Amino acid sequence: MTTVIMTIPMIDMVLDPFIQYAFMRRALAACAILSLGSTPLGVFMTLRRMTLVGDAMSHAILPGVALAFASFGLALLPMTVGGLIAGITVAILVVFLTRYTQLKEDASFTMLYLLCLASGVVIISLKGNSVDLLHMLFGNILAIDNASLHLIASVSCITIFILAIFYRGLIIECFDADFASAARHGRSWSRQIFFVLLVINLIAAFQALGTLMALGIMILPAIASRFWTNNIDNIIPLSIGIALLSSVAGLLLSYYERIPSGPTVVLIAGTITLISVLAGRCGSLVSFICNKD
Amino acid sequence: MTDIITLENVTVRYGRHVALQDISGAFHSGSLTAIAGYNGSGKSTLLKTIVGIKKPNSGRISIKGSPKIAYLPQITSIQRDFPISVLKAVCTGFWSRVGNFNAISNDLKRNATAALAEVGLIGFENRQISELSGGQFQRMLFARVIVQNASVVLLDEPFTAVDAETTARLIQILLNWHRQGKTVICVLHDLLLIQKYFPDSFVLAGKCLGHGHTHKMLEDKLLSFDLDMAEICAGPETEAHLKHDHSHHDHTHD
Repeated sequence: MTTVIMTIPMIDMVLDPFIQYAFMRRALAACAILSLGSTPLGVFMTLRRMTLVGDAMSHAILPGVALAFASFGLALLPMTVGGLIAGITVAILVVFLTRYTQLKEDASFTMLYLLCLASGVVIISLKGNSVDLLHMLFGNILAIDNASLHLIASVSCITIFILAIFYRGLIIECFDADFASAARHGRSWSRQIFFVLLVINLIAAFQALGTLMALGIMILPAIASRFWTNNIDNIIPLSIGIALLSSVAGLLLSYYERIPSGPTVVLIAGTITLISVLAGRCGSLVSFICNKD
Repeated sequence: MTDIITLENVTVRYGRHVALQDISGAFHSGSLTAIAGYNGSGKSTLLKTIVGIKKPNSGRISIKGSPKIAYLPQITSIQRDFPISVLKAVCTGFWSRVGNFNAISNDLKRNATAALAEVGLIGFENRQISELSGGQFQRMLFARVIVQNASVVLLDEPFTAVDAETTARLIQILLNWHRQGKTVICVLHDLLLIQKYFPDSFVLAGKCLGHGHTHKMLEDKLLSFDLDMAEICAGPETEAHLKHDHSHHDHTHD
């Protein structure tokens, strides 16, 4: 009897915010769709050791978004197109600088993302106010509208579709890039396709989580899942599960504690990742100490 | 003997760095050829260009009859901690055959297991590749070459970080391919191995210094045990650079 009494309020606590408020349902839908589409992409990014590149690209889209905001206000389509153009321009510039100057890829990305972040913040500050700036940097998942939800859903569908088609090839490429390239006689567009997917997913996640947090739901669950399984086929479902759990827990915590939702979702994902790094089954600190003995 | 791979004035650059300059030569069908040269002489680049990973900036590579080519990359270019089992890693060799969508059949899995047995890795199928030693990893890569059943095999430093016993085993596999009539081209540093097992050599130093019978390369001192090969192979510019390096090295020791 006691268990039943304790359980009902707990379930209510979890369900009530989503039943009562449409903005919570929208926020949950956005996070869930991002978990299904962006998180698998994050898994491939960690396997390709591109997490820092992803971080740089998440800032690289900001000038395009900021210029669109300065010209058209908070309109979805111009901001999406602006972000896409800025992201792809930075990717092309990095390839150009790495190939024709002595700059290495990491230094090129760092230089350009700092430039992009700074210029984006300046443009938004010139044309908007501090609320607009906070919206761009950290998103406002509780204010997400139907158009943004449609954008996120479309991007996730495209991502899942493309990842499903190229799944085997992407796995082989992550494992042994030269072998994969040789098998295709050097004719491979996967890197370019991967960059475009990364940019459109960052723009989609930007709608919900802002430029500083967009990568969180993409990368953190992917890193965490690697500490629980050694089977490549299990990593994606597990990371989606962690992303969903982080979304629900983060939204509820932000609702009850009245703290910003996007950063709270990322904070939960980060906490799960930290626990995984410390105590996961594969390659964690605890397993290192146990094996040492 | 017919030429299966022909290189005509091939130049390959990485940005502004010229890795291969004006390389011409040929590999005979069914030959067993060592590509030799000092570090940075363009050996791996040559293999990558033949296999299509790098496109020549100028010149032409002709491969007669579109044969199936198996390529074993340098071990350092592979993610050794990738979360994949040994059997699945070997099965990646079937990719060209099964494509992105077809399942890997039980027959193909049996082929992969047989290849693992051939390289002495029976019982390792379900282990993670991260658990393998350097030698075991190299044997696994050989198993992947075996399952590709290709008529041209390109190997990039397959004996690096491998003990003598494993080297002997892998050499036997390589000689077996040669006996089967496959064209085998192998990048390696060990002059003893080249002299003992490789009838043909292709000597590089950014450009082609010579190619043909290994004993002829030794006679012409393009391959030599007496002196550091790098010094013999180098042109005047590289020689000056090497001398500078040596003097710096000596100075450091002083």
